[in-house]
Amino acid sequence: MHIVLVDDRGAEHELEALEGWRVMEIIRDHGYPIVAECGGACACGTCQVEVDPEWAAKLHEPREDELDMLDENYGGEWSRLSCQILMSEELDGLRVRLAPISVKEAA
Amino acid sequence: MTQETITTDVVIIGAGPVGLFAVFELGLLDLKCHLVDILDKPGGQCAELYPEKPIYDIPGLPVVSGQELTDRLMEQAAPFHPEYHYNEMIEELRKNDDGSFHLKTDGGITFNAKAVVIAAGGGSFQPKKPPIPGIEAYEGKSVFYSVKRMEDFRGKNILISGGGDSALDWTINLEPIANSMQLIHRRDGFRAAPDSVNKMHALVDEGKMKFHLGQITELHGDNGQLTGVSVKGNDGEIVQVECDTLLPFFGLTMKLGPIADWGINLHENLIPVDTEKFVTDVDGIYAIGDINTYPGKLKLILSGFHEAALMAQAAKRYIDPEAKVTFQYTTSSTSLQKKLGVA
Repeated sequence: MHIVLVDDRGAEHELEALEGWRVMEIIRDHGYPIVAECGGACACGTCQVEVDPEWAAKLHEPREDELDMLDENYGGEWSRLSCQILMSEELDGLRVRLAPISVKEAA
Repeated sequence: MTQETITTDVVIIGAGPVGLFAVFELGLLDLKCHLVDILDKPGGQCAELYPEKPIYDIPGLPVVSGQELTDRLMEQAAPFHPEYHYNEMIEELRKNDDGSFHLKTDGGITFNAKAVVIAAGGGSFQPKKPPIPGIEAYEGKSVFYSVKRMEDFRGKNILISGGGDSALDWTINLEPIANSMQLIHRRDGFRAAPDSVNKMHALVDEGKMKFHLGQITELHGDNGQLTGVSVKGNDGEIVQVECDTLLPFFGLTMKLGPIADWGINLHENLIPVDTEKFVTDVDGIYAIGDINTYPGKLKLILSGFHEAALMAQAAKRYIDPEAKVTFQYTTSSTSLQKKLGVA
């Protein structure tokens, strides 16, 4: 099972994914510089990704607290919080692009 | 206004859960603390990001909200009479020749402290800036992320962007003194008190203000003076909205901030420490909680509590090398119980 991550420079990476993991955790644990400030509590909005429109319909509708966070973080039409997407067989191959707001400042 | 320098044992930078518990641990060793926090309240992330969300991994508290944990830590620290300085950010920190430390906040408060504890979490909370090209040129002139003085906005043609309490509250509060008021939000749902949302809709119905659905895509103006913005509606149409003042309210985010300027060794925006004293590369400056890093570090509140206890022992020895630090339990030590006001 895998996801495709498009990083802030536009490069594509195939990341191995495990069922039940949050997409945010998959990105973070592969060492990509995702901010994910609150650690997956749907409370900060800094794990925002743009979901490839072809995949968007496969995701569950965002909850109210996710919509609030997308409001605060300038979410666009295809924006979701990656901590709210749980990996499953259905999402094998999911393609997401890291939003600029979710990329850590260079150290 | 110049103020007298505050002299104290320890200045703790950050009043989040770990900074608050450090007051307790340092207090048991007779060290008096001042805490400085950029927020207007204690609790750090717990209070700002998730006051109502349950936390399940605090030992002894099977479930506790961020706010309740903060309240309990404040109560636990209270016997040691810590002093809190909110809405202040430490800008300067340097070591004096005698081993004490000089600190200064952006509001001009200065401290002389015998030791410093950095418990700053992810850094300082600062307003989120919407990613609109060229917005920096307008900041401080016609784009503002906070309202310091309402009078500054009298007679202005104001556009407020956002859907939280700040956006709604300022829409309602500034409407009577503004020349015109408009609110823009990306959907017709708000993260704000229902009463505020109702008030805003009533103002729209009375013709006193306008509400736009959409997002700002472009700013227009000259020399930092805004004349209007382009708004992309949810139907994809771009419309022009005239205004001379824009107030974006998108909540807060954490930035490392001035910590990078203090001459302390950093690694990927974290402060490396040892796991005995939790001291930085500057003796007398300690770092605990989410801001520090060491092999095996886990960013958990409970790890920060442990770090606070060990740090306090080390800080005591730094401040008073002659003192005999005896290890005691609060359950059995009368002297500790006296300090806690229970004996």
